[in-house]
Amino acid sequence: MKSRWLRKYAGVRNRGINPQGFHVSQLKFYAVLLPLAVLMLLPIVFIFSHAFKPPDELFAYPPRFFVAHPTFKNFQDLFAQMSTAGVPVSRYLFNSVTITLVTVAASILISSTAAYALSKKRFGLKQTLFAVNTLALMFVPIAVTIPRFLIITRMGLLDTFWVHILPTLAMPVGVFLLKQFIDGVPDEVIEAAQIDGANDGQIYWRIVLPMIQPAIATIGILTFQATWNNAEISTLYINSESLKTFAYYLSTLTSTASGANLVAGQGMAAAASLIMFLPNLIIFLFLQSQVMSTMSHSGLK
Amino acid sequence: MPDKVHPTWRSRLSRWAAKEGNAYALLTPYALLFLVFIVAPVLIAFLLSFTFFDTIQFPHWIGLKNYIVLLTQDDLFMKYVLPNTIEFAVLVGPGGYALAFLLAWVLAQLPRIPRTAFALILYSPSMTSGVAMTVVWRALFSGDQSGYLNTLLLQLNLIQQPVQWLQSPQYLMPVMIVVTLWSSMGIGFLAMLAGILDINPELYEAASLDGMGSRWQEIFYITIPSMRPQMLFGAVMAIVGTFQAGAIGVMLSGSNPTPQYAGQLIVNHIEDYGFIRYEMGYAAAISVALLLMVLLFTRVANRLFISE
Repeated sequence: MKSRWLRKYAGVRNRGINPQGFHVSQLKFYAVLLPLAVLMLLPIVFIFSHAFKPPDELFAYPPRFFVAHPTFKNFQDLFAQMSTAGVPVSRYLFNSVTITLVTVAASILISSTAAYALSKKRFGLKQTLFAVNTLALMFVPIAVTIPRFLIITRMGLLDTFWVHILPTLAMPVGVFLLKQFIDGVPDEVIEAAQIDGANDGQIYWRIVLPMIQPAIATIGILTFQATWNNAEISTLYINSESLKTFAYYLSTLTSTASGANLVAGQGMAAAASLIMFLPNLIIFLFLQSQVMSTMSHSGLK
Repeated sequence: MPDKVHPTWRSRLSRWAAKEGNAYALLTPYALLFLVFIVAPVLIAFLLSFTFFDTIQFPHWIGLKNYIVLLTQDDLFMKYVLPNTIEFAVLVGPGGYALAFLLAWVLAQLPRIPRTAFALILYSPSMTSGVAMTVVWRALFSGDQSGYLNTLLLQLNLIQQPVQWLQSPQYLMPVMIVVTLWSSMGIGFLAMLAGILDINPELYEAASLDGMGSRWQEIFYITIPSMRPQMLFGAVMAIVGTFQAGAIGVMLSGSNPTPQYAGQLIVNHIEDYGFIRYEMGYAAAISVALLLMVLLFTRVANRLFISE
């Protein structure tokens, strides 16, 4: 029995990169990864545990990491709450959901059409435009907050719904990944469709889009994370409370300067943090295999 | 005569439109947003950096004065911001990048199911946002004795008094680095993992037949050279992520400037001058300096990983 077990798990196939099954030589890697994974997970577990703590556990001394008597009280408090400006919390959540949905859809559409043109169409500026986009991978948005502010003010976008959406739509890394992925769609498929009389719209919609679903999923996730977690736009460009996002509301709960009731705020902030984090996790869990298959096309040549 | 020129010009245009028009039409929405929100801000930052601009009066040209002040008179910049930024960038950038590659390599040695599980765990911190995590970090690193880290260390008798993790100049920077590294296994990490898995296994077999013994040799002579494109993509993502993470010190300590400028990074310096002191021209000069730093780092990465 023992020797059969050993033969099975000491096979050559199970050594090296991308093994098929378990091998004793893998134990050392588990020994490195397990403690590290626990450390990486601790703060995430803490979000979950903290959100369900009743007040006496939130302020217990000595503090307990895990919740002992979980309760939904923090969530009930959160949704019963009005912000200081008299806007209900559900309004911030509604804004965030709407803004995120619109941004993700629009970003997928404009990035994938641009990537299709950059990958499969022939035109004069093709190489130049792709090079410019690749250069823009280095773009650090936070560095140009001030000129962006001036542009947005001049365009009259201040305090509108659109300011949440338009500035984040152009995502160089999105177009880059999509273009690399579309490069993998064989030219013959597209030429065959052209011979059958399909126009660009039909080729894009019926052939390219279905074949690049993993990349679409990836861009969707990246845009989702950037938009859903964004508190900065509400802080900088929005004055009316009813147009601000849930991420912004959470930042007011945690800011020490606002003079909010810190004791009551702690529990609600914990609950709100969990609401912020959970959609990221769920969406990524569903789409992770698509993301991985996109990433193998991510090389910068 | 003009009658003759006109139609040919027009027919040329329509021929061009038939051939290339669609491509440009498909690109237009993206290109417009790209111009307005990426190209224009960079150009404006560049132009403003040569002016004095307080947002009330129209900016007036002062030449290189902002840059001269930045390099010779800005004590805060030279004494705190630049050394802090370099310390932070070196540890989080190349440090985090090397860590991401090593972890990706280790993950690639495991079968699919445990590999996916670990990859998800390592990636999940990068999905968290600054705002959502403030609650967590403030509780874990709280400076009084009810802070989680303080309680643990006090119980283990490693410290005698609670440590002001987020308010003391001594500890703010290490906490910032740990927190940023924690959340840095993002898409660059996933790209490198995918890159390692995509390498043709026959390369390794051939190498072992040729007598390549150690796995370190394998990494340096096969793995890295075969996945240069992904290594470069990961490097660019690491560099951008590092500079983009600059707000962390202000977020953790709750104030800009950070306590005794201990966690002040170049991004906070821009905000300090731009939105607190309203010296937009000067802030723009710092922005240009930041963009140049990113460009420089990427150049180095390019040198290391470009094919040929």
